[in-house]
Amino acid sequence: MFIQLVVSGLLLGCIYSLISMGLSLIWGVMGIVNFAHGAFVMLAMYAAYYGDQLLRIDPLLFTPVAILLLFFLGVLVYQIIIQYVVDGPYVSRLLATFGLGFFLINMAQFLWSPNFRTIKESMVHGVWKIGSVMIELPKLASSLGSILVAALVFLFIRKTRTGQAIQAISADKMGAALMGINLKRIAAFSFGLGIACAGAAGSLLATFYYIFPDVASLFGLIALVAVALGGFGSVEGAFLGALILGLVETLGGYYVDPNWKYALMFLIYLGIVLIRPQGLLGRGKV
Amino acid sequence: MKRVTRFLWVAFLAIVLIGSLYAGGGKEEAKGAPKTIKLGAIYPLTGGIAVTGADCKSGVEMAIDIINNKYDIDFPFARTEGIPNLGGAKLEVVFADSRGDATQGMAEAERLITQDKIVAMVGGYQSAVVKTISVATERLRIPYVLSDATSPTLTERGFKYFFRVIPHDGIQAKNALDMIRDIEKKENVPLKKIALIWENTEWGSNVAVQVRKYAQDYGMTIVADIGYPNRTTDLTAEVMRIKASQPDVLIHPGYISDAILFVKTLKSMDVVPKVFVGMAAYVEPNFLQTLGNDGNYIFTRAVYGLDLAKAKPFIAKINELYKQKYGRDMSANAARSFTAPFVMADAINRAKSLDPDAIQKALMETNLPASAFISPYEGCKFDPVTHDNIYARSLYLQIQNQQYRVVWPFDLAPVPYQFPFKPWKER
Repeated sequence: MFIQLVVSGLLLGCIYSLISMGLSLIWGVMGIVNFAHGAFVMLAMYAAYYGDQLLRIDPLLFTPVAILLLFFLGVLVYQIIIQYVVDGPYVSRLLATFGLGFFLINMAQFLWSPNFRTIKESMVHGVWKIGSVMIELPKLASSLGSILVAALVFLFIRKTRTGQAIQAISADKMGAALMGINLKRIAAFSFGLGIACAGAAGSLLATFYYIFPDVASLFGLIALVAVALGGFGSVEGAFLGALILGLVETLGGYYVDPNWKYALMFLIYLGIVLIRPQGLLGRGKV
Repeated sequence: MKRVTRFLWVAFLAIVLIGSLYAGGGKEEAKGAPKTIKLGAIYPLTGGIAVTGADCKSGVEMAIDIINNKYDIDFPFARTEGIPNLGGAKLEVVFADSRGDATQGMAEAERLITQDKIVAMVGGYQSAVVKTISVATERLRIPYVLSDATSPTLTERGFKYFFRVIPHDGIQAKNALDMIRDIEKKENVPLKKIALIWENTEWGSNVAVQVRKYAQDYGMTIVADIGYPNRTTDLTAEVMRIKASQPDVLIHPGYISDAILFVKTLKSMDVVPKVFVGMAAYVEPNFLQTLGNDGNYIFTRAVYGLDLAKAKPFIAKINELYKQKYGRDMSANAARSFTAPFVMADAINRAKSLDPDAIQKALMETNLPASAFISPYEGCKFDPVTHDNIYARSLYLQIQNQQYRVVWPFDLAPVPYQFPFKPWKER
């Protein structure tokens, strides 16, 4: 039973991880908590749904398309909204993304009705049994997809010039600007990249999860906790934080009481904030 | 100094604007005999269970259509237009969105009463939200007839203006266990071990209280008793607990997103009880559309089923009208919401007035026959203390071949129930 719970928790954590990585990236570069992140996940889920319905492309294979679509959507949103608030007071940054999230969710309900939809059968389906442990294959496929995308993002940030510029900005904005890094362009790019992560998560999630306008709000909230847990601005930390939350949710739900599983998750978050405010892998100052 | 003057200007403008709004409102009220009577209805029109809210709203709209227009159906208010005793005044419903949130529900109720000037309230879906809405209507003296939410605590508060037509969870939970006992006797298979999983807001947790109470009386044991936060992202841990307890019977009061997630998780973890009773979400059209064959064999409580048309022919006619308008059969949820406007219209008609106390008095004297309901109720008369309908009773449906069929009580059932619950792989 314990192994089953650990497996389920890790699978859940992998899904949370992509969402939180994008969130962390955006925070690191422009100091914006993107409250609309869940809404972007939802948009990607609808994109994957229509990809499946109209073009007969499996959501797993649709993932690269979703990544591209959401990347450009992210850049567009940056150009239209984010760049005007990024240097404004903290509250206006907060409210801009908050409002954007509200708008997107209600737009989805207006366009696609509040009905629940699911993709009938993804190309990967069924359950894999090892002894008494059951692994749901669609979840496994999505988790592997998440890890793959996460690894690519990680490599990108570490190895490319643009990636290093992103790192430089999250470390020291002023210094980076003085070194000749084009802040605006990198910010637009990383916002797009963060949203693209949400896009990948949405498309992968669509293989086994139902889809409706408000589906991802709670995912967005959990991702926020994962980011805080792992350390704001640290992409690896966000990944780790998400895995921990997945484990806490299933193990806590089983051994403590499902009533308290979210309370438990937020309690751990509070503990971390009190003992190590910069998060598990966060850098020094907050 | 400049800033002060500017501030004064803005304040002045604001006062003029707000004042003119109020003046406008006042004028409308002074028009004498009412042409329209405004009712309020608050449902979760956005958020996690927006699809349910939309379904309920369609039931209210259908009822208002029948009351306001002429139809050739043997049903109260169908052959007349509007409220006859008030010069044929038409009903108008102002809908508001609770977003499934209790705080929001109360705020919207206050807005409907103070700004939209509704004379009465109908509907409301989640018990937790109805609880706060009814606090507002009670305080502001607005009669409220509820035909959707079922938590027993709603009518235990001794409110003066609050009335409920639908049977509460105590009756419905007892009926569920009655049905399980009937099946047990007929099939000669022990159905004693119950796993109970409930969403932990007002409604689900109170259903759990009622099920526990009656299970004890009936000599059944609760082998798993699991509450979970509604709108959860994952139910694996909960399902693992159920699996470990090896129940005969599974009972789940839940809202739509949890119910879909729950059935999917049961399937992937291959948990197969002998009897599976779902409540609330399980009667929704969207639930079945989403799950297809995986919904089969599930029992669900309801106060409506198209099968009732045999005993009450007007049900088929009303369903036909509904189908023309919305392109699908009336669901059990829409049917629940359909009821309250008629009970309210009947009271207003007898009160011959829009005065809240006159309507309240008429509601106390309500005595409607079974033929005024599309539900299996034997009529409607409110208990003088709790204001619950003393003639209310519930049905149990089973999903067979992706259709909701009435299977309990046995004397109302056109088809037999199917037993046991078929393993997921064999569908």
